[in-house]
Amino acid sequence: MAEAKLINPYPDALTEVEMRYCPGCTHGTAHRLVAEVIDEFGVRDRTVAVATVGCSVYAYEYFNTDSVQASHGRGPAVATAIKRVHPDAVVFTYQGDGDLASIGMAEIVHAAARGENFTVIFINNAVFGMTQGQMAPTTLVGQRTTTSPRGRSTAEAGWPIRVCELLDTLDGPAYIAREALSTPQRIRSAKRSIRRAFELQLAGEGFSIVELLSTCPTWWGMDPLGAIRHIEDTMIEHYPLRVFRDRPAGQQEEAGSDA
Amino acid sequence: MSEERRRVFISGNEATAEGGIAGGCRHFFGYPITPQNKIPEYMAEHMPEVGGVYLQAESEVAAINMVYGASAAGARVMTTSSSPGISLMQEGLSYMLGAELPAVIVNMVRGGPGLGNVAVAQSDYWLSTRGAGHGDGRCITLTPYSVQELHDFTARAFELADRYQNIVMILGDAILASMMEPCTLIPRTEMPPPDRPYAVGPHAPGSRERNIINSLWVDFDVMEAVNIRNEERYARAAAEITEWDEFGSDDPQVLLCAYGISARICEGAVMRAEEAGVRLRLLRPKTVFPFPTAPIREWSERVGAILVVELSMGQFVEDVRLAVEGRCPVDLLGRAGGNMPSVSDVLAKVRQVAAKAGV
Repeated sequence: MAEAKLINPYPDALTEVEMRYCPGCTHGTAHRLVAEVIDEFGVRDRTVAVATVGCSVYAYEYFNTDSVQASHGRGPAVATAIKRVHPDAVVFTYQGDGDLASIGMAEIVHAAARGENFTVIFINNAVFGMTQGQMAPTTLVGQRTTTSPRGRSTAEAGWPIRVCELLDTLDGPAYIAREALSTPQRIRSAKRSIRRAFELQLAGEGFSIVELLSTCPTWWGMDPLGAIRHIEDTMIEHYPLRVFRDRPAGQQEEAGSDA
Repeated sequence: MSEERRRVFISGNEATAEGGIAGGCRHFFGYPITPQNKIPEYMAEHMPEVGGVYLQAESEVAAINMVYGASAAGARVMTTSSSPGISLMQEGLSYMLGAELPAVIVNMVRGGPGLGNVAVAQSDYWLSTRGAGHGDGRCITLTPYSVQELHDFTARAFELADRYQNIVMILGDAILASMMEPCTLIPRTEMPPPDRPYAVGPHAPGSRERNIINSLWVDFDVMEAVNIRNEERYARAAAEITEWDEFGSDDPQVLLCAYGISARICEGAVMRAEEAGVRLRLLRPKTVFPFPTAPIREWSERVGAILVVELSMGQFVEDVRLAVEGRCPVDLLGRAGGNMPSVSDVLAKVRQVAAKAGV
């Protein structure tokens, strides 16, 4: 009889604390992908996670690494300093769309512009989750939230922000990609992007960000499967999936000149 | 890096910056604001000489959060700003007090409220001693009154910040920042990294449990325990580092209370006390949190009245009144907006206060 082999072990870089995320939420998937990458690079003891404010505020309980909990939107400033103090640390922020694209827009743009050598995992579910379903800067036009009860109207609230495209105007970033956590293929692709982002950080290439289109069945008012379909049928159309920037190793110095 | 003490003629801003470097600061994050721009400029110029990091943040909000991150990562870290900038930093200060992280913050106070002006003021007394954002946390607050003290206090602040695992605020002002005086510099030395077993960063596998820096405590008792620990720190600081200076008559009829630049004016008043025909003594706090309650209370039982001189409409005076608890009259000479009382103004007010008190 063949010996059973565990081909997909629970990552060392995740604690066994029960997560507080809702059923059907893809935060758990995102955590797992990041943890797998940390394990694959064998850098758990030099990784510092920066948790921010939102549903993932407790990320420091889930990532089995040193962690710092940052105030709302300021993760990139906190990560900047940690990395400046410990250039040999592997530093990443884990931020939602409210944290990163609303209150923290200044910090993310400037960290990217400076080419700070850390990685950003950006969870875009187009809604404020923890505060119970308010409109986010990434909320789609027409999307109903508790603060856009008739659907987001451009007359009242303008248009959703495409963060990757915006950051892609800067010279600082080494890696910018948008992925979705909606199908097994896309999740594998997301893992590749996260891996590449960390790889470039380890090579000292500078700022990397992976946006992950994620579900929020609770505040979208959908069942988990419906939420997955919503990413596939609606979100991807507005937030195209692609690698916007992938600076090959060794090209950091020329980054400014080739823009 | 010479070991000998160099005597130089420099501005308060430069003395503060060099004090930071001498105190072991190797990470500086800041954002320009008048009247303290010479500090970040000095740091940008000189930090590389000691292998340190200078980084211009995109805002005061980012700067204080960089301070938070650097402190969490185990660095001696500092930022400097002026009143409106410190207002912006308040959330970050509160997070640091909640996470029990040390750092040194310098406020070269300018006129307010609002955008105010860039002239001298002492109207951030509450902001420093009470207003470090939301919650119960407080900043240890040092009040230098000369270029030399800006230098010395800033250098010493790093040791105090680590000793109490708390923010130390240096409360300067626009005049102290800009004026030039002779100053004996503390030599720069290589210091071992601060002892912060709680700091995050790379470590040998299995050498310790993972470290978490956090100020989110949903459990009531855990949250209360943070506050109790902070209160214990403040009590310890009150017993160990409360500092003040006194100058003048040993048998005063009126006690002057002033800190910082106001104390400089009051020194002049004490020297010319004869003009007022009143025996005067100056009590000058060098720390206002912890506050020198005991000596002020003692004098309040021996003098006819206390006159507080400050460049605000009356903030510091409240702490004096809390110390005095009604034992003697406490009067205020307060100016604002960049205006200052002259020595003659102080003496005129002293005569008034003395007459009212019947001394």
